[in-house]
Amino acid sequence: MADTTARAGGLRGGAGRLPGAGSAHHRPSLATRVRRLGRGTFLYGAMVIALAVILAPFAWLLISSVAAPVDLLARPLQWIPAHIELDRYVNLTVGSTLDDSAVSFRAALVNSSIIASSVTILSMIVGTLAAYAFARLHFPGRSWLILAFMATYMLPPIALILPLYQIMSALHLRDTPLALIIIYASFVTPFVIWIMRGYIETISSELDDAARVDGCSRLGVLVRVIVPVSAPGLVSTGLLAFLMAWDEFLYALIITQTNASKTLPVAINDFIGRHGVDFGLLATGGVIAALPPVIIAFVFQRYIVAGLTAGSVKG
Amino acid sequence: MSQAARAGAVVDRRVRKPWPETWVAAAFIAPAALVIVAVVLVPLARAAWMSLFDISLVRPGDEPFVGLGNYIEQLTSGDFWAATFRALWFTVISTALELILGLGLALLMDQPLRFRWLLRTLVILPWALPTIVNALMWRWIDNAEYGALNALLTQLGILHSYQVWLSNSDLAMWMVILADVWKMTPLVAILLLAALQSVSPELVEAAKVDGATTVQAFRHVLLPLIVPVVLIVLVLRTMEAFKVFDIVWIMTGGGPANATQTIAIYAYQTAYQGYDFGRGAALGYLIALVIMVLAAIYLRLLGRVGRD
Repeated sequence: MADTTARAGGLRGGAGRLPGAGSAHHRPSLATRVRRLGRGTFLYGAMVIALAVILAPFAWLLISSVAAPVDLLARPLQWIPAHIELDRYVNLTVGSTLDDSAVSFRAALVNSSIIASSVTILSMIVGTLAAYAFARLHFPGRSWLILAFMATYMLPPIALILPLYQIMSALHLRDTPLALIIIYASFVTPFVIWIMRGYIETISSELDDAARVDGCSRLGVLVRVIVPVSAPGLVSTGLLAFLMAWDEFLYALIITQTNASKTLPVAINDFIGRHGVDFGLLATGGVIAALPPVIIAFVFQRYIVAGLTAGSVKG
Repeated sequence: MSQAARAGAVVDRRVRKPWPETWVAAAFIAPAALVIVAVVLVPLARAAWMSLFDISLVRPGDEPFVGLGNYIEQLTSGDFWAATFRALWFTVISTALELILGLGLALLMDQPLRFRWLLRTLVILPWALPTIVNALMWRWIDNAEYGALNALLTQLGILHSYQVWLSNSDLAMWMVILADVWKMTPLVAILLLAALQSVSPELVEAAKVDGATTVQAFRHVLLPLIVPVVLIVLVLRTMEAFKVFDIVWIMTGGGPANATQTIAIYAYQTAYQGYDFGRGAALGYLIALVIMVLAAIYLRLLGRVGRD
């Protein structure tokens, strides 16, 4: 655990690695100072370019989402719109004039929230249970079984969608949020197992033993000892699980048909088909769909980064 | 009787005889296994079965058994190989660019610069954007009539007249790659930065004291230590990129004239626009095969890194 949080903390703080800027005792030679100046210019220049490249596209999406249609279609392009309109935000979220796009977008917002939250809760419970078994219990075929779980995580959705489509149709689950919750749980759960197993392994098993001596069952140990101690890991994993479910498109494209289950990515795909030229509306829908993950990423950045590095860097 | 044994006897009397560990493990893993079996293994088996038949939704009830016919047909089809090579092209170029730019960005974020925190904070933004929103955003930026890219390049004097980007079969794939690189480079940078930070600063200092230049110190001290992470990132990105669907589907729909029709797009179109489920299932299996080979490499690498 200490390992994961230290990594995350290190990303923000972290002592510099380069030698300090000259020692106090002797002045650096002119050549050294020129070299340092050149190096500094290069590094700060690179940083400004990196920031511009990272920010500019999203800034343009934001501007497009509030610019009046006249400004969006102006040539030459006006980078700062002359007229700001928030109508589209109002229309898509709280406005009372309910056109088709508003109805379907709001339904998608609700569906995506329900589906991503349910998947997160389901996968975290089921995945943490399994992760504990893989981290702490000894049983035949343990290493083989976790590899099998990871293999299913890596299967491409395109190989599974056809039978899933038929099975969900036969069970009358097609076009329901439940179908997507079950399907998403199948790839989020192995991810949870993988990260949480690594996390639990960093917790000293003396804690388990102490609780066992006090009469705790295995389940009791997991709930009363492991879960509280691994709270930061659970937060990291849960947030990433939520983002994975929020982002999914291909299964949703196949399984959903109506507003009863369409998620935001599908709603946006429909928008492109229906309002291909209404760029302002598309941008607004895009910004709203992006807000939850972007807010999560910034607010919980330490946890997100810890989870990402734990997932691929650590075993 | 020793103290410890007596304590053990007390515990034994208080607690029911515990289950054998294997049973406990089975109970803990069962819920997860149930989800996987129901949603992955059953469909996978069914897909294997389906891929042996000529199932077309336009001829219901007439589903002749064709054995490996669907596979043979695909493996001898020009469309299949063209789509496979497009996916490989996308994979190689975007992964290479993401690794190179990601390493540069990670090294930059590792320098003791003022306002470094700003870059380290904002770098997560592209990664956090949902794939669909990212695709939509670039579709709008690349718009031939009103797009920001044309406006910017013209106003900077780089272009003399507006260019068609996404509807140009020579450029469309590059535009999709650009959008993917913009979104995924930060992830690569974040992972590589974590690797760089796990290298002790004293190692680099020591090399410099011994007279190594910055480049030499990077080449001989830092690089060998972060190679395992680079390898893992490489395989992970390759696996993701080869099955690319979302970003292509939203930006170009596989067009123009199939110029961006990657293998996943091809499989989707075969199954859902051609209503050809037998061929679609066979294609799904062929894609899964490639991914599984990459996954095997990935897991081996992880195993090796984990043992270090």
